[in-house]
Amino acid sequence: MVGDAISHSVLPGIVIAYLFSSQFDSIFIMIGAGIFGVFTTVIIDFFHKKLKLQEDASIGITFTWLFAVGVILIALFTGSATDLDQECVLFGELGTSFLDKIIIGGRLYGTRSMLMILPVFLVIVLFVFSGFKGLQLLAFHEEYALSKGINTRIWQLGFMSLVSITTVMSFESVGAILVVGLLVLPPATAYLLVGKLTKMLWFSCVIATFDCLLGYLFSIYFDVSVSSMIIVFAGIIFVLVFLGLKAQKKWKNNFSEQSVFE
Amino acid sequence: MKPKHSIEVHNLSVAYNRIPVLWDIDFELPQGQIIGIVGPNGSGKSTLLKAIMGLIPLSSGFAKIYDKELNNVRDKIAYVPQRESVDWNFPATVEDVVRMGRYKKGKLFSRLSGIDKQLADEAIEKVRLTPYKDRQISQLSGGQQQRVFLARALAQGADLYIMDEPFVGVDVATEKTILDLLITMKNEGKTVVIVHHDLQTVSDSFDYIVLLNTRLIAHGPTREVLTEENLQATYGGQLNLLVKMQHLIKNTDFPIREKGFEDK
Repeated sequence: MVGDAISHSVLPGIVIAYLFSSQFDSIFIMIGAGIFGVFTTVIIDFFHKKLKLQEDASIGITFTWLFAVGVILIALFTGSATDLDQECVLFGELGTSFLDKIIIGGRLYGTRSMLMILPVFLVIVLFVFSGFKGLQLLAFHEEYALSKGINTRIWQLGFMSLVSITTVMSFESVGAILVVGLLVLPPATAYLLVGKLTKMLWFSCVIATFDCLLGYLFSIYFDVSVSSMIIVFAGIIFVLVFLGLKAQKKWKNNFSEQSVFE
Repeated sequence: MKPKHSIEVHNLSVAYNRIPVLWDIDFELPQGQIIGIVGPNGSGKSTLLKAIMGLIPLSSGFAKIYDKELNNVRDKIAYVPQRESVDWNFPATVEDVVRMGRYKKGKLFSRLSGIDKQLADEAIEKVRLTPYKDRQISQLSGGQQQRVFLARALAQGADLYIMDEPFVGVDVATEKTILDLLITMKNEGKTVVIVHHDLQTVSDSFDYIVLLNTRLIAHGPTREVLTEENLQATYGGQLNLLVKMQHLIKNTDFPIREKGFEDK
């Protein structure tokens, strides 16, 4: 699972960028993480295709190693006085992100994390809308795209860069581990419901929003970590959809059997 | 000037991990015919197609299409890979996949035109899948999936069609649909190159045959190429037993008896 790998292996990129810029919310962090995200996919691809290693083995080697390097870099160079610690990177904290308000000239423009993720959101929406055909072709049939002379490597790099940037942007809010849940669970739920990629994209957006709302409300009620509650609900909804579809199928079968006999 | 050959392969060798899969292949294929590339399993047939399509690195030699480099004529070629090369659980409908045939290099950021969509619809109709147009591809039979691939190639509107084992695991209806289509395509002046592993079936439909077993055994019009000697060289041990039996039955009186019995 490449998204999982990226979410962990961007850590050394973040640490190195932090060491150079001494700021936690700078553009350098994003660039550093972006580079490492792409670097990860290149290495995985190299192990898998050139060294003929299994894909899961290539992924396992790459991201655990890079993540371990990142953890050691934090321990060695950043010391204890910084706000960059492993807890924060792994789990994030959505509950306090609203405290960081951006106020210019007495007017509230939003929270910092919101304003930071907004440009990324716009870039992704633009890329998915305009490059939908390329992404679809790459995902479904890379060999066929190659036979048409399409440079799948560039598409792959573009896509993976966006995955890494998204992952990095979510570090502050949901953290490196839970972001994978948000990357996978809503689309997986949508996949159960519809059999067409365009529809699946819309459905997963709606489902993700729903997951977040439910998770947030319940986390306030129980006073627990917001991001964990969101993922818990995303999982519950996935299972409910799965069971619902199964029940529906069974009911349909029973119904058609009856109509045959009557 | 119209080029003489559809595909020209010269001195082509391909190796995986230093083991040669194709060795010094050299041939020219005619135009406007149905051409079969035939050989046993593991004889390098699919590799040959991939080499021609520029999908794998060559150890030596080159392949030219319509006397030109591959990159200059990609628009004129439609490649139909083996059915197993994709995950059929992918969230796409028949229509989605066939429309991919209209995707072009350098035009991936612009929308499909009405003509593109119409050509895709026509291709779906040609393979008789119009009733299944909005169905998800995982809910199709093997033969229907093969026809989806064929429709995608047809939607490209190419001159040369390169197909990898289109007859594997398909039902009789699909086999007939594909064969009928091939003949229609031939009558329209298209060239079709098909990789096929089994000589027993559909080989009468080929006008021209390339026999392959790592090396090139023979190539030419079907009637000239399908000799016992050539088949022997292509299929080797697999064919040996049958041929020997035939000889035995011919040379000795039936029923065959062991020598010891004749003395008694």
